[in-house]
Amino acid sequence: MGEIPILRIGDCLLVSIQVDMHDRLALALQDDLTERIVADRARGVMIDISALEIVDSFIGRMLNNIAAMSRVLDAITVVVGMRPAVAITLVELGLGLTGVRTALNVDKGLALIRNIIDNPERDDANRIR
Amino acid sequence: MPTESDETMPLRTSDDVVRVRQAVRARAVSAGFSLVDQTKLVTAASEVGRNTVDYGGGGTLRIEVVSNGRRRGVRLTFTDQGPGIADLTLAMKDGYTSGSGLGLGLGGAKRLSNEFDIRSAPGQGTIVTLARWT
Ligand SMILES: Nc1ncnc2c1ncn2[C@@H]1O[C@H](COP(=O)(O)OP(=O)(O)O)[C@@H](O)[C@H]1O
Ligand SMILES: [Mg+2]
Repeated sequence: MGEIPILRIGDCLLVSIQVDMHDRLALALQDDLTERIVADRARGVMIDISALEIVDSFIGRMLNNIAAMSRVLDAITVVVGMRPAVAITLVELGLGLTGVRTALNVDKGLALIRNIIDNPERDDANRIR
Repeated sequence: MPTESDETMPLRTSDDVVRVRQAVRARAVSAGFSLVDQTKLVTAASEVGRNTVDYGGGGTLRIEVVSNGRRRGVRLTFTDQGPGIADLTLAMKDGYTSGSGLGLGLGGAKRLSNEFDIRSAPGQGTIVTLARWT
């Protein structure tokens, strides 16, 4: 287990990344989350990155991997709270978070997950292309 | 070109990469960078610093705060004595990785910097110098 707590809200998991993660910690979080999605039969995963001052290609890859893994496990991942300076930098870095859904904050993220679970046919409209 | 501060840090582990991000942030703040400029420089430092650790077998980072009279800048020099890079054009290409990365580190760091230079040869190690100005 890594050091980043994974909370449960109903059938969703919430991770709030509060520290500047070194690479091994990011990989541990990816593994922990995958295990918890299965163990808790979670339908949604929310990753709050509002405390993150940068997202580089390593963290970006972690977010992509979690989104892809949760899709295989029939859960929906939403990344919430990305800072504007981080979003601007990501574009220049060349990292499109294709396939990662984003929302402004935790409330909107939860609403998005509910909406997709209740209306699976509209799922594609919520995904960044 | 006057140098306002000059420090060198070790880059051996992924914890060192975290420390490098924090030190570069502190220098960018002291040089008067905007939040977006700080974020770009720290992200570039994280990418190149990770390469120093993962591919270069560890090395050092020199952080200088410089001024050209009109503008202030932060210059970063990453040095390692690792295996070096045989094909620099290939290494700079977006999407190319010899490991399991996304292959965006070098190209991305160049885009996020105002100046970018990479010197390397097989068996000679690698030196990456980048700078960003206010
Ligand atoms: N300091 C270094 N020493 C040796 N090889 C390096 C170094 N930095 C980068 N490289 C090579 O350049 C490639 C591209 O680097 P980068 O763009 O950061 O992508 P990634 O880190 O995802 O592989 C690396 O896969 C590696 O082969
Ligand atoms: Mg890299």
